[in-house]
Amino acid sequence: MNPRDPIAEERTTLVIEEGLPVLAAGHTYKSVTDKISAIVLAKKRGRGWWIGLAIALTGFMVLNYSIAYLLAVGVGIWGINIPVGWGFAITNFVWWIGIGHAGTLISAFLLLMRQKWRTSINRFAEAMTIFAVSCAGVFPLLHMGRPWLFYWMLPYPDTMGTWPQFRSPLVWDVFAVSTYATVSVLFWFVGLIPDLATLRDRAKNLFARKIYGFLSMGWRGSAMHWSRHETATLLLAGLATPLVVSVHTVVSLDFTAAIVPGWHSTIFPPYFVAGAIYSGFAMVLTLAIPLRKFYKLDDFITLRHLDNMGKILLATGLIVAYSYMMETFMAFYSGNPYDRSMMMNRMFGPYATVYWALIVCNLFAVQTLWWPKMRRSALGLFIVSLIVQTGMWLERFVIIVTSLSRDFLPSSWGMFYPTKWDWMTFLGTIGLFFTLFYLFIRYLPMISIFELRELVHKEEESKA
Amino acid sequence: MRRPPLYGLMAEFDNVETLMDAAHRTRAAGYRQIDAFTPFPVEGLSQAIGFHKTRLPLIVLIGGLVGCGGGFFLQWWPNVVGYPLDIGGKPHNSWPAFIPITFELTILCAALSTVFGMLALNGLPTPYHPVFNVERFALASRDRFFLCIKAKDRKFDRIRTGEFLSNLHARGVFEVES
Repeated sequence: MNPRDPIAEERTTLVIEEGLPVLAAGHTYKSVTDKISAIVLAKKRGRGWWIGLAIALTGFMVLNYSIAYLLAVGVGIWGINIPVGWGFAITNFVWWIGIGHAGTLISAFLLLMRQKWRTSINRFAEAMTIFAVSCAGVFPLLHMGRPWLFYWMLPYPDTMGTWPQFRSPLVWDVFAVSTYATVSVLFWFVGLIPDLATLRDRAKNLFARKIYGFLSMGWRGSAMHWSRHETATLLLAGLATPLVVSVHTVVSLDFTAAIVPGWHSTIFPPYFVAGAIYSGFAMVLTLAIPLRKFYKLDDFITLRHLDNMGKILLATGLIVAYSYMMETFMAFYSGNPYDRSMMMNRMFGPYATVYWALIVCNLFAVQTLWWPKMRRSALGLFIVSLIVQTGMWLERFVIIVTSLSRDFLPSSWGMFYPTKWDWMTFLGTIGLFFTLFYLFIRYLPMISIFELRELVHKEEESKA
Repeated sequence: MRRPPLYGLMAEFDNVETLMDAAHRTRAAGYRQIDAFTPFPVEGLSQAIGFHKTRLPLIVLIGGLVGCGGGFFLQWWPNVVGYPLDIGGKPHNSWPAFIPITFELTILCAALSTVFGMLALNGLPTPYHPVFNVERFALASRDRFFLCIKAKDRKFDRIRTGEFLSNLHARGVFEVES
């Protein structure tokens, strides 16, 4: 081989970069199967799991309490008013749905890109997506004021003879979010079928065997089953990738279709999608780092995974930073006095503290990830991921509240202050999210077992 | 006492290589009614046992087209025929505004047909299947590989097929009761 062959040189650098393994050495089909299924099939739960579930359930009960009070009294218990009609509910909705997007990107987009490192994080990231979308869905429903009439948003030949306004992004949102929820559940379940079969075959307890047997629907790992299963997974990945982009685009159109200064901007769709991936990967890290520590999964979720996710966080963080710069620049460059005063108001108005907190959280913390050492430090990444999620929540708050509170006429300006019910509903959905997540890690394999076995096989093949 | 009728004979293997080799040799020996069971998808195995193409992509295409057409019709009909509203003289069939919902419903219907199509073609759910009568088959979802020659194969013979399978480096050969 010619030593100056550029392709060969590139290959060697790639090998050096890929120094961190995707899977710790020495694992066999048996060891990966037993290790992951043992977490689900163990008779007893650790004390940590019970404590975590108890805290999460308390949060969930707070949510139920605030929803019950809301249904009894109405949305007046929240801080929303005219002009700030959207408040916390829509902030939380956009935040949660954005978090969900990383799970779909890991399971779909990274699959299409043939990224081996997605294998051990895709299952719980997909679960995260479903739970985040469930939390997101709570808010628009409650915000309607009369949630029991939610079916008015659906097109059906009703006795009133009317139809939804199909030209409105809010109606597009109904279709986008419900499609997204459905496709995420389907994708997740298809991936789970072979693992449910593994649990059925491994479970000692008759009841567990019956339940997993029922759910795995008689999967027997036949070559023909696998062939169709793989085709289906690839097709679903191909469908889910554009879907995820479309969902947050439609969410951003809810804003841009209005003429409110600070909302009416063409940069929103890509800016929202990048922000969604940014906060979503932060959430994946927030979940992955404790999971790998407490369940001793560092063989499967290696430093390579943390490093790669850190890189994605940095890349999307830079896109978000660019979007902020452009948004600010355009506000002044456009020559539109309303846009200019909106930006001045964000930076120096009554919500200036929130704005600067968002800038610090979203733009500065992530810059530490330029250092490889930081990307491979579990604690460092965990802290950055929490800061990023806070920042992204603040970003949605700033976009919604500062824009609405001061639009055109000073006579119709108004402030928004969250009430305790706003906070309780928001924290309550965090409780709901973690309740679902704790149940998930107890009853379903949090890492895809069959894909790990496939990975073991591929690693063996590449060594041979 | 009558022995229960046989579904087929099943051989157990240690690894992918011996299974692949066995599958090729079984096909070459003239057996057609065979199936292989593995703990993870193995490239080329379905071709080795004589399964070539799945109709799944066609089903998904049809599902997607139905979603696309249906989604557009869902918006076009109320706006143009069912409940037309004149708003500032704007066109009733304002098709660009109908694209997002059309797109979402295309994806939804295509995804539903992918999943239900895959399950239907695979014959799932299957409440009962004879291969589970072999006790060691539980390892097919862990670390063992199985090859089954069904009794309905024209070349099948309880004794000779059993000998053939044991000569393929199988760990063991089992009778599968139906």
